Amino acid sequence: MSDLFAARTQMALSLGFHIVFAEIGIAMPVLMVLAEWRWTRTEDAVFLQLAKRWAKGTAILFAVGAVSGTVLSFELGLLWPRFMQLAGPIIGVPFSLEGFAFFTEAIFLGVYLYGWDRISRRAHLAAGVIVAVSGAASAVFVVMVNAWMNTPAGITLSGATISAVDPIAGMFNPSTVQQTLHMLLAAYAATGLAVAGIHAAVLLRKRDSAFHRAAFTIALGVGVPAAILQPVSGDLSARTVAAWQPIKLAALEGQFATERGAPLRIGGWPNVQREKTSFALEIPRGLSLLAFHDPSAEVRGLTAFPRDLWPPIIPVHFGFQIMVGLGTAMALVSACVLFLFVRHRPIVDRAWLLRLLAIVAPFGFIATEAGWTVTEVGRQPWVVQGVIRTADAVTPMPGLVVPMTIFALLYLALSAIVVTLVRSLVRETT
Amino acid sequence: MMPLETFGLPEIIAGIMLLALNAYVLTGGADFGGGVWDLLASGSSRDEQRSLIERSIAPIWEANHVWLIVVVVLLFSAFPPAFGTLGMVLHIPLSLLLVGIVLRGSAFVFRSYGGRAHGRQWGTLFAVTSLITPVILGMIIGAIVSDRVGVASTRVGTSGFVEVFVRPWLSAFTIAVGAFALALFAFLAATYLTLAADTDNLREAFRRRALGAALFVFVLAAVALALSFQAAPRVAHGVAGAWWSLPLHLGTAAAAITAIVALWRRRYRIARVAVAAQVSLVLWGWALAQLPYLVPPTLTLRDAASPRETLTLLLVGLCAGFVILIPSLRYLYHTFARASES
Repeated sequence: MSDLFAARTQMALSLGFHIVFAEIGIAMPVLMVLAEWRWTRTEDAVFLQLAKRWAKGTAILFAVGAVSGTVLSFELGLLWPRFMQLAGPIIGVPFSLEGFAFFTEAIFLGVYLYGWDRISRRAHLAAGVIVAVSGAASAVFVVMVNAWMNTPAGITLSGATISAVDPIAGMFNPSTVQQTLHMLLAAYAATGLAVAGIHAAVLLRKRDSAFHRAAFTIALGVGVPAAILQPVSGDLSARTVAAWQPIKLAALEGQFATERGAPLRIGGWPNVQREKTSFALEIPRGLSLLAFHDPSAEVRGLTAFPRDLWPPIIPVHFGFQIMVGLGTAMALVSACVLFLFVRHRPIVDRAWLLRLLAIVAPFGFIATEAGWTVTEVGRQPWVVQGVIRTADAVTPMPGLVVPMTIFALLYLALSAIVVTLVRSLVRETT
Repeated sequence: MMPLETFGLPEIIAGIMLLALNAYVLTGGADFGGGVWDLLASGSSRDEQRSLIERSIAPIWEANHVWLIVVVVLLFSAFPPAFGTLGMVLHIPLSLLLVGIVLRGSAFVFRSYGGRAHGRQWGTLFAVTSLITPVILGMIIGAIVSDRVGVASTRVGTSGFVEVFVRPWLSAFTIAVGAFALALFAFLAATYLTLAADTDNLREAFRRRALGAALFVFVLAAVALALSFQAAPRVAHGVAGAWWSLPLHLGTAAAAITAIVALWRRRYRIARVAVAAQVSLVLWGWALAQLPYLVPPTLTLRDAASPRETLTLLLVGLCAGFVILIPSLRYLYHTFARASES
């Protein structure tokens, strides 16, 4: 394994691990605050019990998210010192703001978790709201950095060095709004539907549990709207990619030839040697329509670009198919829930819907991993699109396979422990 | 010595960075020290000692930990070449530091929330990683101040692996600084715990421990200083020659003596202030010994600084951030001022 590949793998593992906990850290506070708010309104002890149980889960998952986020902030320098030397002056500003948002989140999570008997009810609920808001703000600042890596703005290059910077322009680059929106909705949809799915599975056995009914309803209230809105935000993101990163668009669609009225491919196997995607279900003119809102728009294919600028096609194409497929399934199931809700029909008593929700539960997190693969692998060979290549950013330190292996084992062990702990938390109340 | 006219944005940001590191050492450092006392808990009040440590740390350790992230983020925003150099040469100890941080944080929450089944195993992991992490942190600082990181960074690709990636941070001097850092953190923690304790028995236990730690602090400081004449002339010079050295070291000595006398006479509030002052002065002494370098002898603050636009925005962002942060932190500490009230 080359050092570059080891470094990329370590970074991918770290981000792939952290992103799940980050999403949970963004969305769980919303759930626990909603439960506590229901308690203050109804005085029903079930909601208090629920808020406390969710807070316990959040404490575990937030802590793992915090330490894995620390790892990432160091890894930027440990693995990509030359990227940081170049990009530090511009991405440092959003990262610093993220630092403060994260600080606020950690402070008020401490107050929330341990302050039940020490502060007033109103102050306690307010602490929860601050956790939820600062968690979302953290996500926005971090994704701003990733958006900049995809569509860098606010820099003037002279040769290989940046001669002038405008960090504000860097923060509000062409992808910022689309990517941050997509990430936030992903967090709420993935976490909301995952929690709803877990409680749906319990409700299938214990239909009358007031605790699980309450949990199920609140989780749906967060997950369903986000999952229904996500395809709209996905469309915005895809059109931005089409406009600014045409090679990434071609890779994720498996579009090799440049053509007008390009079809939308569902599935299929991109054959890189023969420069053709086979076995795909093709919807005529679909891609041109979706990417440019014009059925006869020209879509530039991979062959229009030099081969050394192609990202790895297979993972990008499959990542995209998985993300869109799972996202669509989540949106459809959510639409069913919404339909029953607006018709005032009961939701909890339908076994088929509970089963569907239990099946959909992990989809959001898998879709997140797939989507992250699309945006990151799809940007290769660049670490900052058009500015610096990943291969030029990596540390000269040899033997990177060693730290990669150590961190991989660390993440594996942590995952196993967290799953066990969350399981026992859910079981405690069944 | 630094003339006044060269004092500008880079120095202001570096000063804030050092303040953040100082806050981390006084808060996060004490949390590590708490882990040391968890490991060394003994006597009839062993379980109460551990329980007090856990209750004192639980609500605040995550917030305390964020100071480290603030330092890292400021370093890579304001002084990117320095961050790059440290990340390259100190890859191994920084990775070990991260493993320590991850294991310690996770073990702590797993113990708190994982039920009693494996509580003691998590407790041991928490305590052992609390021991290792400060040592590595101290070794990293020792490596930087000994000029070896800066020198190694100029030899990347020309010298061998050990020369560039191991020797800069692995020496008798860096190990001494690491042990010194651990002793300081343990001293801090034991002193804080005398105030958090809810019984006289516990208070006395931590008073004895604080006094014991003070002894280690003195011995290790002497060892590190003796080694520095050979390994880190900057430190030796800072102690012996520079204009600021006499007042700084008199101040440090006064704080140390005050802390011990106050502990001896059971004046715990005074002891806490004095210990914090002592630890802070040690840190500022290190920083002054390095000036004007960030990574001596190759990178000065000025050379490493980001463009003016970035530094200005950072300063604005920091001011706005601290306006939110300081009252929030006060509220947090005020809410959990005494671990015993829960």
